[in-house]
Amino acid sequence: MKKTLLGLALGLTFTAQVNAAEYVIDTQGGHASINFKYKHLGYSWLTGSFNKFSGTFSYDPENIAATQVVVDIDPLSLDSHHAERDKHVRSADFLDVKKYATAKFVSTAVVADGEGGATVNGLLTLHGVTRDIIIDAQTIGAGDDPWGGYRAGFTGTTTLDTTAFGFNMPPENKVYLELNIEGVRQ
Amino acid sequence: MFQLGPLKNTPLRYGWVTLIFHWSMAIGITGMFCLGWWMVDLDYYDAWYQRGPNLHRSLGVVMMLVWLARLGWRWASVQPVMSGDRLQTRLASTLHWTFYVLIPLLGLSGYLITTADGRGVAVFDWFTIPASLTGVDNQEDLAGEIHWYLALSIIVGACLHSLAALKHEFIDRDGTLSKMLGRKVPDTKNVNPIEDE
Repeated sequence: MKKTLLGLALGLTFTAQVNAAEYVIDTQGGHASINFKYKHLGYSWLTGSFNKFSGTFSYDPENIAATQVVVDIDPLSLDSHHAERDKHVRSADFLDVKKYATAKFVSTAVVADGEGGATVNGLLTLHGVTRDIIIDAQTIGAGDDPWGGYRAGFTGTTTLDTTAFGFNMPPENKVYLELNIEGVRQ
Repeated sequence: MFQLGPLKNTPLRYGWVTLIFHWSMAIGITGMFCLGWWMVDLDYYDAWYQRGPNLHRSLGVVMMLVWLARLGWRWASVQPVMSGDRLQTRLASTLHWTFYVLIPLLGLSGYLITTADGRGVAVFDWFTIPASLTGVDNQEDLAGEIHWYLALSIIVGACLHSLAALKHEFIDRDGTLSKMLGRKVPDTKNVNPIEDE
């Protein structure tokens, strides 16, 4: 009983702390994903993901503008559920992962919309090209996890202009990204 | 041009089964190299974008079966004597056995690209070979690199092999190429009696 009370007290102490905290995106536990979708011939959605990435963010629900996000993505980890297509997309025809072995997102400005969402502006480096992108983000939830940690989770979507990133693809055919991010507070 | 002699090899002559194996693989390997080279740069909207790789995969499997049959046939056959001095016959033999080793590795690496995610290889609409080794990290990329360098090595080897055959035929005039066209070795006095080992 004493132990339970002590645990509860500690938990309350930690949850009471609401200043901007550093979070590590839980890629290790698989509670984060970078998914994309693209229209195949305009007839159906082709979906896939980048399976290897890592990142951190700072987050203070009272001060959304102070949020900072940095994510490193391994383009070699592209997975569209078809080995030969993956090989092709990683080749010099598209991602050219031998030449451009890293991809990165760094936020530049985060603006809260006052309804639990935010606009995350940032620079995405992909295929050796750095461009501004805008992610529409939503908070999903935050709180204690059952193992003594504290987590915060978000989702976001953005649209990539494939031509701007130097891909030889029909310009009207955009790539849509869906980001699911759960961070563990450090 | 061709002379179809006996079914089996004799010490002075290739039989027609060997000739068919040799020339079908010569055409097959050259053709597959060209097909592979061409198909990977096809536009996505080209009618051959799917047809080319399907044909390449199917023919690849068929050629592996031909390779297996050829190896068996070779083991069961007499090899006609080779022309040239000791060094030349050694070099020729080494190259021949290099082909025998690299060709199945080429086929295997191709198979590992297609089957990297667990999908099988469809051979025309006859049958499908199931995947076996899958899920190695970036298996399709690694197998793809190996496939390309093996193909390149085999083509370089085939060029050396052809140049050597032409040199023997037209400079040394020892009938090496004629022999592979089914004719008897014209001048057996020049023949070095070392067997192709």
